[in-house]
Amino acid sequence: MKLIEIIRELGLQVANPDVDLDREVCWGYCSDLLSDVMAHAPKDSLWFTIQVHENVIAVALLAEVAGVVITGGRRPEAATLNRAAAERIPVLLTGETTFVSAGRLYRLLTG
Amino acid sequence: MDRAKEELVLNFQVQGRDFQGAGVAASQIRRVLKQVGFDPQVVRRAGIAAYEAEMNIVIHAYRGTLSARITAQEIEIVAEDEGPGIADIELAMQEGYSTAPPEVREMGFGAGMGLPNIKRCADGLEIASEVGRGTTLRARIVIKGT
Ligand SMILES: Nc1ncnc2c1ncn2[C@@H]1O[C@H](COP(=O)(O)OP(=O)(O)OP(=O)(O)O)[C@@H](O)[C@H]1O
Ligand SMILES: [Mg+2]
Repeated sequence: MKLIEIIRELGLQVANPDVDLDREVCWGYCSDLLSDVMAHAPKDSLWFTIQVHENVIAVALLAEVAGVVITGGRRPEAATLNRAAAERIPVLLTGETTFVSAGRLYRLLTG
Repeated sequence: MDRAKEELVLNFQVQGRDFQGAGVAASQIRRVLKQVGFDPQVVRRAGIAAYEAEMNIVIHAYRGTLSARITAQEIEIVAEDEGPGIADIELAMQEGYSTAPPEVREMGFGAGMGLPNIKRCADGLEIASEVGRGTTLRARIVIKGT
């Protein structure tokens, strides 16, 4: 499913609108441990996390995820948004918990 | 010109405990590998190995260098640091073992998965360390079909 459709369905807020939201999302991954994401997040998945610092972007790039969803109403640091813009990684925000937001994606992708 | 013998070397300084801009050296290495036109799987493996090695300097050491030696046959990532060193390398290699302090764990580091990640990504991994002095890590990625 296209990221742009998922953003609409899940009611996500796009923190850096200047990125490509037309990319394909194949799956999701939930983790707040950065090395775990690099080891196990599938390529082109949407990564759900409560981490907000700029290393999230470095990891998202290396893991080749389609975007990062920061959950629980947390706000990314300014440095995170700058780096996300530079690396063209979509950063999406939700007030919902990781469980609820990822659960909705699971239903969308498998329903 | 003999392309097969060309070598490209990249060198970066890495500062311990500097989480701002941490991972930038690995990003640069990854970008160059992508530009040179390596297979995406090779770029991924080398990028992850370089990042984990760089972050281990940031988290566990005082300062160091991250370098990449790139040829058509292989990519070698070398992370050399001045730091506390690793007393028991076999233990450090075990998934889940970490001495990362609480404030670093809060950022999502310290899963004890970095060295196992490097091992999984590399075709060869060597770690030499002296307690009280520092650590040198070498990870090799062999380019298939050369
Ligand atoms: N350059 C280094 N200098 C000193 N100790 C190190 C170094 N690299 C690794 N270690 C030791 O080995 C342990 C395991 O390293 P590893 O990279 O696997 O996990 P981590 O860095 O603790 O967590 P993660 O990589 O998952 O964020 C570290 O916690 C640390 O004790
Ligand atoms: Mg590590």
